[in-house]
Amino acid sequence: MNIFKYFGEVFGAIRSLWAGMRVTGYYSIRPGKVVTQKYPENRKKLIIAERFKGEVIMTHDANNQHSCNGCGICEMNCPNGSIEIISNKITNAEGKSERVIDKHIYHLSMCTFCSLCIKTCPSNSITWGHDFEHAVFDRNKLTKVLNQPGSSIRKEIKEVKETKEA
Amino acid sequence: MDFNIYDFTSFTTWVHNALTSSMSPGWAMFVELAIVGVVFIAFYAVIGLYLVYAERKVCALIQNRKGPNRVGPFGLLQTIADLFKLLMKELIYIKNADKFLFNLAPFIVIIASFMAIAALPFAKGLHAIDLNIGIFYLFAVSSLGVIGILLAGWSSNSKYSLIGAIRSGAQVVSYELSVGLALLSIVIFSGSMQLSTIVESQANGWWIIKGHIPAIISFLIFLVASTAETNRGPFDLAEAESELTAGFHTEYSGIKFAFFFLAEYMNMFIVAAIAATVFLGGWMPFHIPGLDGMNHVMDYIPPFVWFMGKTAFIIFIMMWFKWTFPRLRIDQLLKLEWKYLLPLNLMNIVLIAFIVLMGWYIK
Repeated sequence: MNIFKYFGEVFGAIRSLWAGMRVTGYYSIRPGKVVTQKYPENRKKLIIAERFKGEVIMTHDANNQHSCNGCGICEMNCPNGSIEIISNKITNAEGKSERVIDKHIYHLSMCTFCSLCIKTCPSNSITWGHDFEHAVFDRNKLTKVLNQPGSSIRKEIKEVKETKEA
Repeated sequence: MDFNIYDFTSFTTWVHNALTSSMSPGWAMFVELAIVGVVFIAFYAVIGLYLVYAERKVCALIQNRKGPNRVGPFGLLQTIADLFKLLMKELIYIKNADKFLFNLAPFIVIIASFMAIAALPFAKGLHAIDLNIGIFYLFAVSSLGVIGILLAGWSSNSKYSLIGAIRSGAQVVSYELSVGLALLSIVIFSGSMQLSTIVESQANGWWIIKGHIPAIISFLIFLVASTAETNRGPFDLAEAESELTAGFHTEYSGIKFAFFFLAEYMNMFIVAAIAATVFLGGWMPFHIPGLDGMNHVMDYIPPFVWFMGKTAFIIFIMMWFKWTFPRLRIDQLLKLEWKYLLPLNLMNIVLIAFIVLMGWYIK
């Protein structure tokens, strides 16, 4: 081996090792860069990322209205059968028969958080909630009804969908 | 009694005189040995536990985490809680293990590191034994630990333990050379192997400054080689988690595992203390000849604080590169030693001998 190449390798190694140590040294003297949160102490002001998948929730507006028309696409797409929809047929003001949801049942215990229901929902009525403290003492409590009691369907579904896409 | 934190000689002579006046010299010797032993056991436990804590904190800071922060203020009692957990755990006996050697191995590792602390000068007059071949002795006993590791690997009757132990043997035998030659460079500079004389020779400046470039090269080689000798990352092939579960201590549980664990951290403390003593002046304060005002301020800091501060600095560097660099492969490890560190070290020794001969260093 060439002697110059040998020393070149030695100095190159020292330089590259020093570059690595600079990076870790940079972080070690900056406590502000720490990303760990002290969870139970700071649960009032936790910073949770927008993309966090806590549980499936149904969005309701101020009038306690949701946009789910009970089409059942989420139920069909769910690989684990975590979603069950119980729908009713009612006759609306125009005298036509119409399908409304009675209960949108979500089994949190079976959910794998794959997001297929939310991606395929045609009316964007379900989404990810950020609540993550799901521990309960009774597993029946993990079965949740997503539509709030007394809620009804919002009529301008089409417009909502278009504005969301735009 | 004349107690002085800047010079422990009067204190130790006072203890010796008090003991010899009340009992026969043989008994006095025995009591002194017992006192030194108890002090070192306490020191060993405290330093070992808090180095584990320090390592976890340094690692956490480097990886943008918080590290232990639940048990006690800032998690300071975390490692003590861990020790109690290990004390209460069951000691599992391996069916086809060589029981005697299996039980003996952790003690050999611990005893080797115990013997090494005995020779370290912690402050002026504060060392258990001041041998005139101190460096030689340290060098000899610090390599005894590998016997414990080899025995642990052999007696466990487990493939992981055996491979880990063999790797450790190859590693320690190779890197011992570099550690020895790096220390030899300072022996050439100071002209003595006695640790107290080496420290005294640094009263007007530490060897890393007085010895300029060759001393810095020796210091770097010593850091790398001693990290390898203590089986720490990035040279932790002996306990490579991913391929050997835990290497030589795979089959150990409870307090015997804790012995290996503490011995690893204690060995780190010992090599850092050797580096601090030999290259950074040990307990000697930082002096610049001519600046008397600053030298007086530096003298005001007790020598024990200087020694521990320098050791902590070197330990921090060793932790820093443990948590920065990926682990080497076994062939890369041996290549690094035999093709790079050893030739560079030999060249450096020749260079130092020449420099000392010509007097081209700060006297």
